Amino acid sequence: MRLTVEDLCVALGGRPVLHDVTLDAGEREIVGLVGPNGSGKSTVLRAVYRSLRPERGAVRVCGDDVWRLSARQAACRTAAVLQDATGNPVGLSVSEVVAMGRTPHHGLLGRDDAGDHRAVREALAACTAGHLAAREFTSLSGGERQRVLLARALVQRPRLLVLDELTNHLDIRARFELLDLVRSTGVTTLAVLHDLDLAVRLCDRVVVLHEGEVVASGPVLETLTSALLAEVFGVAATVRRHDDGVVRVTYAADPLGTAAPTPVRG
Amino acid sequence: MTRATAPVTRRPAPAPADPKARAAPPLPLLLLGLTLALLALMLVAVGVGSVSVPPDETWRVVLAQLTGGTGTDPVHTQIIWDFRVPRVLLAALAGTGLAVAGVVLQAVVANPIADPYVLGVSSGAALGAVLALSFLPLTIGWIGVSSAAFLGAVLSAGLAFLLGRRAGRLAPTRLVLSGVAIGYLFLAATSYLQLRATPGELRSVMFWMLGSVSGASWQQLPVAATVILTTTAALVLLARRLNTLLMGDESATALGVDVHRLRAVLLVLAALLTGTVIAVAGGIGFVGLVVPHLVRLSCGGDHRRLLPLAAVTGAVYLVAVDLLSRTVDRPNELPIGIFTALFGAPFFLWLLRRNTSLDAA
Repeated sequence: MRLTVEDLCVALGGRPVLHDVTLDAGEREIVGLVGPNGSGKSTVLRAVYRSLRPERGAVRVCGDDVWRLSARQAACRTAAVLQDATGNPVGLSVSEVVAMGRTPHHGLLGRDDAGDHRAVREALAACTAGHLAAREFTSLSGGERQRVLLARALVQRPRLLVLDELTNHLDIRARFELLDLVRSTGVTTLAVLHDLDLAVRLCDRVVVLHEGEVVASGPVLETLTSALLAEVFGVAATVRRHDDGVVRVTYAADPLGTAAPTPVRG
Repeated sequence: MTRATAPVTRRPAPAPADPKARAAPPLPLLLLGLTLALLALMLVAVGVGSVSVPPDETWRVVLAQLTGGTGTDPVHTQIIWDFRVPRVLLAALAGTGLAVAGVVLQAVVANPIADPYVLGVSSGAALGAVLALSFLPLTIGWIGVSSAAFLGAVLSAGLAFLLGRRAGRLAPTRLVLSGVAIGYLFLAATSYLQLRATPGELRSVMFWMLGSVSGASWQQLPVAATVILTTTAALVLLARRLNTLLMGDESATALGVDVHRLRAVLLVLAALLTGTVIAVAGGIGFVGLVVPHLVRLSCGGDHRRLLPLAAVTGAVYLVAVDLLSRTVDRPNELPIGIFTALFGAPFFLWLLRRNTSLDAA
């Protein structure tokens, strides 16, 4: 297994937010982490990219506990694309932002060599962002930014990719472009996706979090049953494979059940 | 200068209004050019003053002193070697230290309006110096007052950083506002002490508050040079990690950077730089704001370029401003801090208006 999370318990400011979360992701697998706001999805990710030390349990990437690795060693294995509100990369070009992905591979005296420059060019090309290389990062559109950040993650040469709301605030075309890109990387991926419709398209498997606990996990169709969607998300919906072979979420005419005399939730 | 007054509404539109692809010359070439410019400017600055010395005579005196030669005019030798050379060297060192400290603080808070002066550091230094002048025996001398100024600077920086934190993280706006408040508090204490000061003490209080390189002497230079140059070199080694801080704490962590430790190290180094500069040259404001931005606008924000270029540009800037401060109203000299503020404050305001990302912070 590329990623195994075992009995993960995390507390934030003394308040427990994750209870015995267990999940895994195999070679080239794309695993989606879904759940309502506040269910602990981003917290799981933070534990995986070694930002948050768990109270109990372990996160293993390629067999090693990330907290037994140094921060740099861990970052050579796991790359993340995050919604980082505090970032403000004034004056950095796109290729400089992507080159940051080489940071864990260099010590204090390390300088970018021809190989690093090539890695940056290749990653940008793979993310269809080669033409943006000389642009200033802060001048990019939302979709362009995310493609560039994905390129930065690929330059890290990760064995595990962690994505937090990769497609948030993006227009619909940019969303599908990004999903295609993620799939084309072939890197094992753990992704938080807010949009269930995108999650069922992208992921091989989903893990459903609810109030800090894993309530279901497995292949999309078997896991996201109508009963579960009603219980966890509080909406009436079905997930099924349509005639064209695509799995889609269909929301009921009255998804909240407010008009019906008997609501979905008892 | 193009005015990028994009409305604060949304991210900029993708294609047309886009800064041109930067094709700046390679770093070694830029550094070489700037260093040569610095040396030329320093030579001019050494020649100019209340007594003018022709450039060739200046060059002969400097060369004679460096090589142990003799035969130069003794009066010129004294003016140049004992007064002007240390003064110009001190201006260059102070410029380097303040510019580098500015770059570092701006990266630490991921916000371009940070600057040692804005963080109340110079008020702290002034208070430290005034306390030493008022309450310590005169025998402690120049070294004692400098040390007190250094402690005051480090103390006020530490306070600003402690108060600027929220939930264990530095909040940029909070940091700047804390710095301003601390600056006023220390200024009040300094003003009170000034009322009790003798005219002689008052002059030296003004020195610490406005900054000056006019009192430079050879004795101050070795320690200041060692601290400023080694700290700058250490920071250049950290340049790649400084870049990651611009992406935000979580992203930097995911890039394998221990953000909290890095930030603590950077703050200590920035306080060390600022404290050292203030201890020898007083509170010269806005250099740490103006120089990093000029370099960023012309050569980009990658710290692997920005740090070394800002270090040399800072030296050029302060040598030039010092030259200005003693030629504008010849033969009188005006405090250098007046000019750095004259250029710096409007620049700061322009930056505030231009930088829409600040509104989000």
